[in-house]
Amino acid sequence: MATNKTDPGKMIDLAPEKIRRDLLLPVFHTSRRYYLLVFVLVAIGLPGMFVYLYQMSEGLGVAGITRPIFWGFYITNFVFWIGISHAGTLISAILRLCNAEWRRPVTRCAEAITVFALAIGAQYPIIHLGRSWLFFWLIPYPSERGIWPNFRSPLVWDFFAISTYITGSLTFLLLPIIPDWAMVRDRATGLRKRVYTVLALGWRGTPREWHRLEVAMRIMAVTILPVAVSVHTIVSWDFAMAPVPMWHSTVFGPYFVAGAIFSGIAALIVVMALVRKAMHLEEYLKPVHFDNLGKLLLVMSLLWLYFIFAERLTVWYGNEPSEMAAFWSIQRGRFTVLFWMMVCCNFLIPFPILAIKKLRTIVGTVIASSTIVVGMWMERFLIVVPPLEHKYLPYDWGRYSPTWVEITITIGTLMGMILLYVLFAKFVPMISIWELKGGQRPTPMPEQANATADQAALRLGHPIPSTNT
Amino acid sequence: MAHRWGMVIDLDRCTGCEACVAACHAENNIATISASEAARGRTMHWIHVERYWEGEFPNIRARFRPVLCQQCDAAPCEPVCPTYASYHNPEGLNAQVYNRCIGTRYCANACPYSARYFNWFDPAWDKPLQLQLNPDVSVRESGVMEKCTFCSQRILAAEIKAKTENRELRDGEVKPACVQSCPPTAMVFGDLNDRHSEVSRLSRSVRATTLLAEVGTLPKVTYLERESSHGDE
Repeated sequence: MATNKTDPGKMIDLAPEKIRRDLLLPVFHTSRRYYLLVFVLVAIGLPGMFVYLYQMSEGLGVAGITRPIFWGFYITNFVFWIGISHAGTLISAILRLCNAEWRRPVTRCAEAITVFALAIGAQYPIIHLGRSWLFFWLIPYPSERGIWPNFRSPLVWDFFAISTYITGSLTFLLLPIIPDWAMVRDRATGLRKRVYTVLALGWRGTPREWHRLEVAMRIMAVTILPVAVSVHTIVSWDFAMAPVPMWHSTVFGPYFVAGAIFSGIAALIVVMALVRKAMHLEEYLKPVHFDNLGKLLLVMSLLWLYFIFAERLTVWYGNEPSEMAAFWSIQRGRFTVLFWMMVCCNFLIPFPILAIKKLRTIVGTVIASSTIVVGMWMERFLIVVPPLEHKYLPYDWGRYSPTWVEITITIGTLMGMILLYVLFAKFVPMISIWELKGGQRPTPMPEQANATADQAALRLGHPIPSTNT
Repeated sequence: MAHRWGMVIDLDRCTGCEACVAACHAENNIATISASEAARGRTMHWIHVERYWEGEFPNIRARFRPVLCQQCDAAPCEPVCPTYASYHNPEGLNAQVYNRCIGTRYCANACPYSARYFNWFDPAWDKPLQLQLNPDVSVRESGVMEKCTFCSQRILAAEIKAKTENRELRDGEVKPACVQSCPPTAMVFGDLNDRHSEVSRLSRSVRATTLLAEVGTLPKVTYLERESSHGDE
């Protein structure tokens, strides 16, 4: 932290031309390894899609869910991915609003996770439907059936929350990409030029355009924060609104939001490390970024522990017979191993790594984050399944175990998420070039807007030679 | 005055014979489930009889409680349905509109009695049961939720008949399949809004209890508890 306080914006001290060359390289050059990676992802992920079609044609019975455990892997994955989506927009919006200078190389990585995790997560409520093809009945539109969706249902709230969040975070991601796409456009030829001309939306880099971008980003950062918080609160209400023992709890809203931010930061650290390694961005994503995010993760880890403790203590102290059945199945029953694995993954392993300064290196934070991502998936599973296995009447208790159908679809969507990210990294510079160029933050002042010669030249109506800067 | 259909089940009379279960299957076109699926917990019985053991050996007794949809006044299954497939009809029944159901199964999670059943596959019947499907009841396709309707087709038929004969429905005129087939007449069905109906009278008995009253669902199925636990049979 000390470095960026004394020397804001100078954390990355590289020539603008080098920055541009490094970060635009993947856009112009595709390696053979890249094609191989895409092929592998498609090959592993595609079966998931066919299995989903199989599930639709055969009936949901091919999955492991049964009575009374009507929700299983699919809803677990839904909550998990929506949680991961809190990586980006929320963190990036907070960092932007706080003017944290070190955020610059991090924000785009994070915002992209949000959009893609939402795109994947939002598929699960549809995949899990008995009649998936009728999912659009959740959308309020004047239909020939003459009825609207039931606005009292948390699932309808979900629909609104997620569609708002995905619209907002997509805008939040795309707005700052426009100047970067314009930069690609100015350097490209042929088909690529035509494509990026469309994508850049006629960006010319005039002071007025910079000013508008700046204002728009500020508005988006402020509006996206309450949206992000509300989205995961509403996801938690899917559970808290139903009178199921251990679901029906007021703590679920904040508990889910904290867990979402926790898993989101962890996912961000893992993704950043992979991007850094694969795209050779060692000079941009530095140990200090991992250190700072690691500290944030440390705080969230403690907060998570507090929530899990608070939730469990109130249930145990209240000693309601119906709740205790689910409680003991987690603490001393069939789910005990999973519970303690979760505690290890989310606290016992990451806490010392993140707390001890010497261990909070890139490798250290990545190890901690990987266990947290896995641990948070277990947490979601433990929220969804054990209470459903132990509802009020003991003769209705059941057991859930997933089938190959659920597992294949889960793997498929994970591959889908990685694939979306990999494709994104190909078409968009993974670090916002214009934001990175220290001290060149756009201002409405014309004399400062010539920070990049291209934009100044464009403003004056000069053609730009693609090699000149 | 609108009807408010309710049921009373006398636990002193129930012998656990499961005639109600068989009658319900026949009346309501409930699919038969294969043994392997049943082992996975996917049985479908809109009404089922739960057996409890009471006492210590050798003074042990089997106790029975038929459980069906409790047709709650404050039904947790209704507000959670995003498409109004599960809704409260004007006669107080928790109706399930199969064609509106998209299969979120949220209602089934919310139901404290687990009285809702999901069609995991398209329905099938063990031969020759497919030949005796009830034409008054729709069959349900794969992916939708179903549950006890209090034999709404019988209620409707009786109401239409009374209307054509220009008279009020008589108490006991409507009998769901389970009530009709109960050999010890442990089950009584009728209008709770009619203070003189048998069901209304019995539901005010001192023995009247409801299942999981603490959840606050206000069921319209009332159980008459046993008068003594031992030696009365």
